[in-house]
Amino acid sequence: MAKKVKFLQGNEACVEGALMAGMTFYSGYPITPSTEIAELSAERLPRIGGKFIQMEDEIAGIAAAIGASLTGAKAMTATSGPGFSLKQENIGYAALTEIPVVIVNVQRGGPSTGLPTAPGQGDLMQAMWGTHGDHPVICLTPDSVRETFDLTIRAFNLAEKYRTPVILLTDEITGHMREKIEIPDASEVEIYNRIKPEPGSDYKAYKVVDGDIVPKMADFGSGFRYHVTGLMHDETGFPSNSTKNAGILMDRLMAKITDNLDDIITFEEIETADADYLIVAYGGTARTAKAAVKKLRAEGIKVGLFRPITVWPFPEAALYKLSEQVKDIIVAELNYGQMKLEVERVVKNNAPVRFCGKANGEVLTPEELIQKFKEVL
Amino acid sequence: MNHPLVEGFFRMDKFPHIWCPGCGHGIIMASIARAIEKIGLDKDKVCIVSGIGCSSRAPGYMDFNTLHTTHGRALAFATGVKLANPELEVIVIAGDGDLSAIGGNHLIHAARRNIGITTICFNNNIYGMTGGQYSPTTPTKEKGTTAPYGNIDKPFDITQLAIGAGATYAAKTTAYHVPQMDKLIETAIRHKGFSMVEAISICPTYYGRKNKKGSVVDMMTFLKDSFIDVKVAEKLPPEKKEGKFLMGEFINKAEPEYTEQYDQIIASQKK
Repeated sequence: MAKKVKFLQGNEACVEGALMAGMTFYSGYPITPSTEIAELSAERLPRIGGKFIQMEDEIAGIAAAIGASLTGAKAMTATSGPGFSLKQENIGYAALTEIPVVIVNVQRGGPSTGLPTAPGQGDLMQAMWGTHGDHPVICLTPDSVRETFDLTIRAFNLAEKYRTPVILLTDEITGHMREKIEIPDASEVEIYNRIKPEPGSDYKAYKVVDGDIVPKMADFGSGFRYHVTGLMHDETGFPSNSTKNAGILMDRLMAKITDNLDDIITFEEIETADADYLIVAYGGTARTAKAAVKKLRAEGIKVGLFRPITVWPFPEAALYKLSEQVKDIIVAELNYGQMKLEVERVVKNNAPVRFCGKANGEVLTPEELIQKFKEVL
Repeated sequence: MNHPLVEGFFRMDKFPHIWCPGCGHGIIMASIARAIEKIGLDKDKVCIVSGIGCSSRAPGYMDFNTLHTTHGRALAFATGVKLANPELEVIVIAGDGDLSAIGGNHLIHAARRNIGITTICFNNNIYGMTGGQYSPTTPTKEKGTTAPYGNIDKPFDITQLAIGAGATYAAKTTAYHVPQMDKLIETAIRHKGFSMVEAISICPTYYGRKNKKGSVVDMMTFLKDSFIDVKVAEKLPPEKKEGKFLMGEFINKAEPEYTEQYDQIIASQKK
């Protein structure tokens, strides 16, 4: 089959990616600027025998997706800031019960209702720390329409592989921007499906069998009658108050991420080989940073860009290495310095960490970033 | 030797259960199992979903596909399960607080959609798991630990709430009226579309003690004496109905079921 060239919004590319990844279920609640993801899912899913449902609220949107995933469906929900806040409890539920689900947050401006139609990147920390208690989370951030397509597929793959909620953290810039994208043929795309137990086999729902990363996951209705609970549980899945069991479970949940960082983490480096200065930027703001790097390089300034694509877990090893080489680091983002905190934690005293950002609903222009770069460096 | 029902439908190694002596919840749980047995459902195709609270611990004891979710959200999770796989017989077990306070929005919308889920509400008029706070079904003037001077809220009639929201089957029964409960739960599970049975339970430990309701036997006797079947009540003179509560089948009508309607959309759009 020939490659299909399309002119798509990031939000539309997200749905195209989800469908290619095997999404068969979408449940959500309308919210700007993510609504196109729901609208296109509603149109496309029944055509492939999949299901779409508009739920009564944001909480129900993620709850239904988790329920559907338990029956074997690949499920997604999409939202923006206020809805992301409402989904937090059930993100923790999916993390503890190890039910794959993809949550898209098309970030908008401000706390509260804020600026519904304007971009922001203020949910970076919430994506990691939004739900209560320690828990594993994988969070990916695209900077283009094509990458939104690719990372949506990757989000499903990682959710299935690690049995954990995966957050696709986009923003109003990439969500509503239109670009030409080439949709690859399905045969070129790698798809990962959760491992299911053999029919009739002896099955403990939360026991990791040798050689596996996570417990095998039986579909509800497939003959394995097991229990799923948000309480701490043992290998059988039933509640356990044992602190020993709780420790074993928590260690395993955290380790399935920390033991597989090389598989989970991706990032992009531009012009870093000889860089004296480093810009760190992600998502829509990385586009600003790419333009700024180009212009500064044209002036002969040795500056490079480090762009985390996986933002959680944070790509700290690669950034630490770069911090040993550069004189100065500037972090550009649409908030009051959320990733800056993470960069400071990682680079320690290797280089000073400066900041360029705002949270008034405007995008950062290359000129603003260049001006700030020259001011502080 | 255990009753065959216990051996066939419960997870024997999970007992003893967590409920207090005299709690009415076990009676309702057993009634659900009897209904499933009578209908002859395939255990592998039954999914029981609950939220948080005393009654929500029931699925852990029941040998089906069981899902213990977050507080109030059982119907939202169940909606995903049912829509993704309509072959499953989905039953939600929820307490009065879980279903009509934190989860009230999901109740009215599941009823409105007429999705094929059976909800059994274990209504003990109190938050038991947290130690006896007043719930949306605690009668006015009764006490809870958070209503030390008497509750000034007006209670919900959960059955009427479900009917108002569009439930196509709704019934009420009590932990005393077991043969009726068995029949109503069986009818509710067989019903196509959203069905709800509100089963009035008793909480002697928190509700009973706080409100001086006497012994477990006294509380059961109260259920026996206070409820009359809605069909019987129709023929009674007003003075015989004074101070009584109605139970029985309040609505039973046929309307298109949600997942079947969605399947029709799929059939019309699938290439």
